[in-house]
Order: sequence, then structure tokens, then C-alpha cells
Amino acid sequence: MQVSTAPDSTPVLSLTGALKTFGPVVALADGTIELRAGEILALCGENGAGKSTLVKILAGVHSPDAGQFTVEGNQCSFKSVADSKAMGISVIYQEPTLFPDLSVAENIFIGRQPKNRLGLIDHALMRRNAAALFVRLGVPMDPARSAEGLSIADQQLIEIAKAISLDAKVLVMDEPTAALSGSEVRRLFGVARSLRDAGAAILFISHRFDEVFELCDRITVMRDGRYIGTHLTATVSVEDIVRDMVGRDIDALYPRTETVIGEVVLSVDKLSRKGVFSNISFEVRAGEIVALAGLVGAGRTEVARAIFGIDKSTSGHVTVHNTALPVGNPRAAIAAGIGFVPEDRRKQGLVMDLSVARNTALTLRHKFSRFGLINSRAEKQTAATWSRKLQVKTSSMDQPVSTLSGGNQQKVVLAKWLATEPQVLIIDEPTRGIDVGTKAEVHRLINELAGHGMAILMISSELPEVLGMADTVLVMHEGLITARLDRDSASPEAVMHAATGSKEKNS
Amino acid sequence: MSAPAIGTLNNSPKQGGKSASAWLKLRELPVTVALVVLVVVTAVINPLFLSPQGMKDLLLNATIMMLLAAGQTMVIVTRNIDLSVGSILGLVAFGTGSIFAANPNMPIVLVVLIGMVFGAVLGSLNGLLTVWAKVPSLVITLGTLYVFRGLNNAWAGPKQHFAGDRPQAFGNLSVNTVLGMPIITLVAVIVVIILAIFMIGSRPGRDLYAIGSDPEAAKLFGINVSRRVFTAFLINGALAGLAGVLYASRFNAVGATTGSGLELDVVAAAVVGGVAIFGGSGTVIGATIGAILLNTITSSLTALRVDKFWQQAIVGVLIITAILIDRLASLRHAKNLREKEGRNV
Repeated sequence: MQVSTAPDSTPVLSLTGALKTFGPVVALADGTIELRAGEILALCGENGAGKSTLVKILAGVHSPDAGQFTVEGNQCSFKSVADSKAMGISVIYQEPTLFPDLSVAENIFIGRQPKNRLGLIDHALMRRNAAALFVRLGVPMDPARSAEGLSIADQQLIEIAKAISLDAKVLVMDEPTAALSGSEVRRLFGVARSLRDAGAAILFISHRFDEVFELCDRITVMRDGRYIGTHLTATVSVEDIVRDMVGRDIDALYPRTETVIGEVVLSVDKLSRKGVFSNISFEVRAGEIVALAGLVGAGRTEVARAIFGIDKSTSGHVTVHNTALPVGNPRAAIAAGIGFVPEDRRKQGLVMDLSVARNTALTLRHKFSRFGLINSRAEKQTAATWSRKLQVKTSSMDQPVSTLSGGNQQKVVLAKWLATEPQVLIIDEPTRGIDVGTKAEVHRLINELAGHGMAILMISSELPEVLGMADTVLVMHEGLITARLDRDSASPEAVMHAATGSKEKNS
Repeated sequence: MSAPAIGTLNNSPKQGGKSASAWLKLRELPVTVALVVLVVVTAVINPLFLSPQGMKDLLLNATIMMLLAAGQTMVIVTRNIDLSVGSILGLVAFGTGSIFAANPNMPIVLVVLIGMVFGAVLGSLNGLLTVWAKVPSLVITLGTLYVFRGLNNAWAGPKQHFAGDRPQAFGNLSVNTVLGMPIITLVAVIVVIILAIFMIGSRPGRDLYAIGSDPEAAKLFGINVSRRVFTAFLINGALAGLAGVLYASRFNAVGATTGSGLELDVVAAAVVGGVAIFGGSGTVIGATIGAILLNTITSSLTALRVDKFWQQAIVGVLIITAILIDRLASLRHAKNLREKEGRNV
């Protein structure tokens, strides 16, 4: 083991008390991080804890509203990605952006290709330089091949090679292992360790505790946009980190309403989609809120899409009130009484240029049409009814939804589906990107709907939301359901462990 | 872990030259093979096809299109398109005729420069609108296609300028040969070579490929996307201007409709020559060969006494074939990669 990392050495990079807001949303309240040369530091936190915002500040994508930022003792305020790169910071994202039509070598040296005596690019020298970088990294790669079709692992290695060629002092890896296979992860770790031993400072962001504990020297935890603490890996346990990540009072935020739970409405039996998720079975009863928890990429949205019929499942059944749904047929799903509020409202939930009325009535256009033409008066009446119920803030039913706030857009999507009077409502990330006030309103609404006997399947990456709202919590990890918890046994720690696939000790 | 890596690198000493498989992957290969086959077959059936006069005609006919296709490649590579080149050529060709009609003693070099600057101004208008208004260049240049053509109509009216108004020396550029090549063809070839070197061997040239490959990533890499795209349109306009001047040397009459409809032939030549219509790949040389191929088809079908009406259909089939070959090749490439990586895991 390397002991060269003196704990009292001056940090290469230090960010203290960084604040970043987007309108009324505080993405980062106290972004604090300290990176030293020759160490790998892990950054842990739930989805929404502010890790991505912090990374974007380091990368020069966002500039913080307040806070101290120094690199090698110098005050910094980055205006662009180029500023960050110039200070020796390189960020490797989960899915790097390369130029697929250019060669590997050119992807590394674009904009600073070596030139020959004639002032033209020396392609042969560029390939040799790239090859030398890959030798240093200890990985085989043909610099002359095009970047098209490279695996994500190889694309990350190209980014790392580029970072080295730029003499990067700080390497930020934002969930680099999320899409890698086991052997690819080991290869990446080998590269990371050798860079650390050569004196680089590495910030490693991962949800996988086994990786964090295997690779990192210290661990910094964030929660709710704030710095919580930093531990030496050698002296801390997974339990300590999980407690730091989730430790908060949840009951205060989510008053639990008791509802009468009725018969089974939606039943999912051994549903699988090859390579995405498998063997998913659960039931949702009338008046029940079932939460599908887990990390981003665990396959939750994919399950919802398959239930609704947008994607085809490869095996298994979905039944509503004991009637089996045909595979891959959203119209049949709507007819059977399923409503689906997708995660990405702008792309999937709303037609941004159409009016509030048109959007609300989109799911009902068959009902309102006569001889193939839509009765716009009936449309507006229905829209007005639901907008009033949901308290959508809009000046008129004719206002384009693109002009509404995020929260109000979410309400229009809800209104659209509630207008079909569904028996099952699938709602994906109901409060993503909306302000705190509207958030509480959306929660109240969902509770009310359940109170009226609707069966609700809610996908959420926000732990408090899951624990505060759900009667039953299903946790997914890498395409499988890894835990089923009822309201009383669903603790933050239990959900976190199941979501990260780590073993919980002695509980 | 490092041992196999070094081994692999030692096993691949091919740093300078290209291996056989690398040659096969060249996007210019299909169009080159098609051109060679076409020329050989036609020459076997009709030996006059490759006579010095036959060759000269072949090259003369292709000259204008070579220039336009080379310029268009620069624009298409950045994931843009310039449909106004036919109209630019028309305006500049009529302008050339007008200059010589008013002032027959104007030095030819000066007229060429004026034509290129005029074309560059029109091209930079396309570039400015595309970059500033952030409207797809397909729409912008469709608009300027009509605007430039309208200007040409207003300027020329029913009037045409004929070769008789121009100096003998200017017309001779399309008659006299150097190294067996008409002078205007030689000019086009030199321009194409300079452009090809720029695209392969200069940083701004490589930036154009990066922009077309992934415009968002290009911005992240700190490439000045707007400036590069603007420059591509400007140079393309200048080349269309040069083509306009050469057109006035080559052809007898220039008037309000000169160059109409040329833009689609140009795009066709580039696509047949292996330039990807969505940007990022393709070469100036490939597009130039595509231009020669399309013109040669016309000539060889005439030489083979095939009905003229078939010619357009054959060009159409070629375009679709070119795209299908491209698509199949990339699908196979992707499949090979998947299989190769599957073994590694």
C-alpha cells in the first residue's frame, strides 16, 4: 500500500461552501470538497444530493453563486470548460462524448494535433503519441481506428488518455463504472491506481460501496446539497456512510394518510425484457401506493414502459382486474384503465406548443371527436375542470404549456391522465425538477388519488419521497427486484442497501 | 495487465502505411471502382471514348461540377448543406459576361478574383444566416437559392451574354491544354488538391469533421463552431464564384437561368463520392471523383448510344446504391465490433 499520501499535504483542489441555485431551486447549498495529490477520494450521496452540480462546478460548466474555490492555492472562477481544463482538471463522464467519425488518436489530440515542418498535421506522429499514452495506461488500443462503435469502457480510456496528454492534475470520474462489466471495472481501477501513484488527484463518484471501499483512500459524503463529512476509508464502515447519506427526519415532511386498501388492480407476473430487467412480479391494490425505488439506471422506468406497452416485454404478463394486457400496446393499456405520467415531461408528456386545453384533452380526443373533428368546447370544459381541481396556474386554457412553470407543467400532465379516470396511475419521478411548494402539492394530490381508490405505482429516486408516500416499497438493482418492504420495515438504510446491491450486516 | 498490452502494440507495426483492410474501408473506394469499370467497359465497346479529344471532353464537362462538389463537401461535412450554389454560379457567370461586355480588356486574373469575391460574399450571407439565426442551412440556402436566382433574373432580364463578347484568351482557357488537360480543368484540379490538403492536414479542416460528427461535443471541446461553419460557407461560395467565371469561359451563353438546378447534381456527386449527408465523414477527393463519375455516365451512355432518358434514372440508382453500400458497411462494422468486444469480456 502506498503511504505517500500525507494527510496534511496541501490540497490540489479545494472548494468550500459553494452555493448554486437554479431559480428557486437550491441545487447545492454547501458544496465542499478537498482533493490532495496522490489520493483517490470518493464522493457519495443519494440522487439529488448535489454531486452532479458539484462536478459541473469543477468542470467549469456551472459557476457557483458563492463559495471559495482554489486550485493549487490559486483563487479560481471558471467561465467555461476550457478554463477548467487549463487549470489541469479533467472530467470523465459516465458516457463520454467522442467524435465517432474521427480516429481514436484524433479524438485525443483534436485542436492540438502535432504539426510537421510544412505546418500540416503529422498524422503518423499523432498516432505514435496516442499509442505511447495507451502504453502508459497499460491498455491495448489501436489509435488509428475510428471511435465509432467503441465500448463505453474504451471511450472512458480515451478520455483518460486525453487527460494525461493534457497533464491533468485532477481527474474527476462521474459514475464511470455504471455501464462497465466486471473486467472493465478492474482495468479502470488499475489505471486509476497507477495515475494516483504517479501523483494525480482523483475524485471518484460511485453508488457502489464495494468499489468505493476497494479503490478510495477517503470518502466524502453529501446530503441535500450539503457537505456532511469526510472519512478515511480504513476507519469507516459501509453502515457509517449509509447513515451519513440518509440521516434525516422523514416523517415530518410527509404526513401519512391512512387509506383503505382494496382488491388487486394491477398485477405484474414474472415480467422480463431481455438485457434490461427480469422476473419482475408485484401487485398494486386499489388505494395503495407502491413505490419503485432504486438508483438511476436500475431499470425502473423500463419496467413502467413495458407495463404500459411502450416497450415490448420478452416474457411475463401484466393483468388489470384479471384481464391480461396484450404485449406492446399502449392503447390497450389506456383502455384497460392505466395512466402513465412519464419522467421527461417535455419529451414524452406534453406537446409543448399546444395549449393547456389541447394537452389536457389529448388522451380523450376520441371521446371528444365527432366525424373525425374535435369538439373544442367540450375539450376546454374538461380541461378547465381538471385544471381547477389540480390548481394549475394558467391565465387561460389557450396558453401554450411551454410558457408554464415546471410544476404547473407536471400538473397538466397529471390532469391529462386523470381526465381519462384511470384505475391505475403509473407516475415516474413525480416531483423531479419542480419547486418545493409544488412538490408538497403533488404529494398531497397523489395521496388524495389513492384515497379515492386509485392504484398508484410511483417511481422515485428520492428516498424521502419513497419512504414518506409508499405503502409498499419495491427496490430494484440492476434489473432485479432486490427488496420488498412494507411501510413499517422500509428504512432508509434498508432501501439504500438493496438499491446499491451491498450486503447489510447484522440486521 | 501491462504485459499483454505491450505485446499487442509490438504486434502492430503498421504505423505508416495502410493495411489491405484499411484500404477496403476507404469511403472513396466504391465510387472509384465504379468510375474505372465504367470507363473500361465503355472504352472496350467504343474505343473513340478514350481518344485525346474524348478525354478532353470528359474532363471539360466535369470541371465545373468538380469545383462545386469539392466546396459542397466542406459544407456537408459540418452537417450543413448549401443549395444556393447553382444560383451563385449563375449570378457570377452573368456578372463575368457583363464585365467583359463592358470592358473587354479587363485582365482575366482580375475577373477571376472579382468572381470569387462576389461568390464569397454570397456564401458568407448563407453562413451568417445559418450561424446567427440558428435555422437549418437546408432552409436558409433554399431561401437564398430563390433570392439569388431572383436577383439574377432582375439583373439579366431576357438578356444573354455570348462568348463573342469575351476576349479570345478567356475562351481559350477551355480550349488549350497543358499536360493534356484543359486549363480550366487544371485550375479546378489544383483547387481541389489544396482543399483536400486543408481538410486532411489542417486543424481547422479537422475541426469541420468534428463539428459534423457531434456539434455539441465540438462546442465542449472548445471548437469555435460558428466561425468554422461560417468559413465553410464562405469558401464554398468563393468556389462557386470561381466555377461561375470558368462557366463563362466554357459555355457560349450566360443569362438569367445559368446554373439552374445544378445544386442537386452537386449534392448527388458528393453523396455518390462517399460524403455522409449527415456530416462527419467523406473527403473532397471522393466528392470530386463522384462529380467525374456522374459526368462520365452521361458521356458514356451517349457513346454507347443509350437513350438519354435513361441517364437520370441511372444516376438516381447510383445515389441510392451509394447510400445503401454505406449503410451496410457501417452495420457490418458495428456488428464486427460487438462480436470482437464480446470475446474480450
